[in-house]
Amino acid sequence: MTQAARDEIRRLIGLYEHRQSALLPALFVAQQEEGCLSPAALGLVAETLDLPVTEVTSVASFYGLFFLEPAGRHVVHVCTNLSCMLNGCQRVLGRMQEVLGIRPGETTPDGRFSLRTAECLGACDEAPSVLIDEDRWAAVKPEDVEPMLDRYG
Amino acid sequence: MTIEAAVPESVLLRWARAEGMAQIEQYRRAGGYDAARRAATEMTADQVIEIVAASGLRGKGGAGFPTAQKWKFIPRAGPVKYVVVNGDEGEPGTFKDRTLIEGCPHLLVEGTLIAAVTIGARRAYIYLRREYHRARRLLEAAIAQARQAGFVGERIFGSEHTVEIVVHTGAGAYIAGEETALLESLEGRRAMPRQRPPFPAQAGLYQRPTLVQNVETLCHLPVIISLGPDRYKALGPPALFSVSGAVNRPGVYEAPLGISLRSLIFGHAGGMPPGRRFKAAFPGGISSVFLTEADLDVKMDHDSLRQAGTMLGSAAVIVVDDSLDMVEVMARAVEFYRDESCGKCTPCREGTAWIAQVLERILCGRGRVEDLALIESIAAGMTGTCFCPLGESVPPGLVASLRLFRGEYERRIAQGEARAV
Repeated sequence: MTQAARDEIRRLIGLYEHRQSALLPALFVAQQEEGCLSPAALGLVAETLDLPVTEVTSVASFYGLFFLEPAGRHVVHVCTNLSCMLNGCQRVLGRMQEVLGIRPGETTPDGRFSLRTAECLGACDEAPSVLIDEDRWAAVKPEDVEPMLDRYG
Repeated sequence: MTIEAAVPESVLLRWARAEGMAQIEQYRRAGGYDAARRAATEMTADQVIEIVAASGLRGKGGAGFPTAQKWKFIPRAGPVKYVVVNGDEGEPGTFKDRTLIEGCPHLLVEGTLIAAVTIGARRAYIYLRREYHRARRLLEAAIAQARQAGFVGERIFGSEHTVEIVVHTGAGAYIAGEETALLESLEGRRAMPRQRPPFPAQAGLYQRPTLVQNVETLCHLPVIISLGPDRYKALGPPALFSVSGAVNRPGVYEAPLGISLRSLIFGHAGGMPPGRRFKAAFPGGISSVFLTEADLDVKMDHDSLRQAGTMLGSAAVIVVDDSLDMVEVMARAVEFYRDESCGKCTPCREGTAWIAQVLERILCGRGRVEDLALIESIAAGMTGTCFCPLGESVPPGLVASLRLFRGEYERRIAQGEARAV
């Protein structure tokens, strides 16, 4: 982990009255830095926060947005909850799989994209909703998938 | 059967829909931060609580608990208390909190300040779900602007009050929306619900008295203080409804509490898209029991919906049409609960997994006639036995679907058996 990442974790610790509250944000810093939360990355977070590595691993494995295995440079989340289902998310997901050549839960061999299904993204007014990294895409149609993905190198 | 007109005066969405409300200058020009200034400098805690009580405000996160009563549970004395804002909006079909923050982040900052000075908290944490990236950026910028203006930090508005606000993000867990699970998550642990009592008002964050309040609930506070409780109440009182699914104009609508479900769907949301037929609607997210065509005139308020056997919840209306059968709808809902169950209690962890498996089997054409009784018995075993509302919200909808749409289950089972022969 770089010095900048360690400094950021120390800054995060200062936001809370109890050190462990900084764990979730610190895990995001480590994940951003290392690409995923490998055992080594979890160990570094544990050391920086002075927590048992078992506790850090237990917490990291609970939440859906922490990746314990290497993920792609870009993570695509396709919402498949009810409102998106009623607006054709299955066709969007199908087109995603075709274009990327992978199934949900997998990463492209070139490491560019990971594809995942998501529970409600809280954007049902924009169904079907797709989240790529931090960008929300609204009312996605199957034909939008390819040009959309092209924007992520 | 009549469809009521849109609310004559929008008092909440007006802020979220106006241009430039992410900028403090614009927000202040429109009267923003005046209510928080008054709460911090002119009003006593009792006066604020009295106004909120008179407004009849009830929590907008799902449980609908009277807000002023919750505030009264917080001990007056005690050096350390917290406000925790529940922005983990995860109930499928709900997007009003996101709409409010993205449209007018200062409204939430102001509401948070009012709550904090009233209960005497020097620190507020806003727990926002991780997926709300845009909302997070806007909120952080708004807090920085408010700090610059002297509204956040030490001696806000020149008063004796100090209020720090920290934005904290979740990491993808629906259960973190349950208030005690949220506190666990904010303390850096797995988001698993705590035993209650003690309630957060007595022992919440770091075991200190904590007021946990939904985003929309807090956004009502500046409006209530500036309009006064009487005018506020005369507007319905106003409430936000997220409407989505098979409708022409999905979106967040402000309407009086108690508007009919029919008016929301066929008035505000523009009815069904061409060629699609109404089948059912969830009035309060998928955790509520769905309603059918016969129930369309039900009033969208806590008491009326409870009488109709369901709940207002987060006021998220999901309209289902005949493009899906109820087996698919329920299978999707139960799969969601299975994946989001925290695993703490056995009835929820195992019950959701078993039911999901049986529904999957029926969908794949391998269902058996006795599966329906099996689902009913697992649902009965989960009823009243789960540790928190997540597991408890599975059986009612499922059982209702078996009662009202049994034919759809039987048809799938019969088709499967016919193929197998």
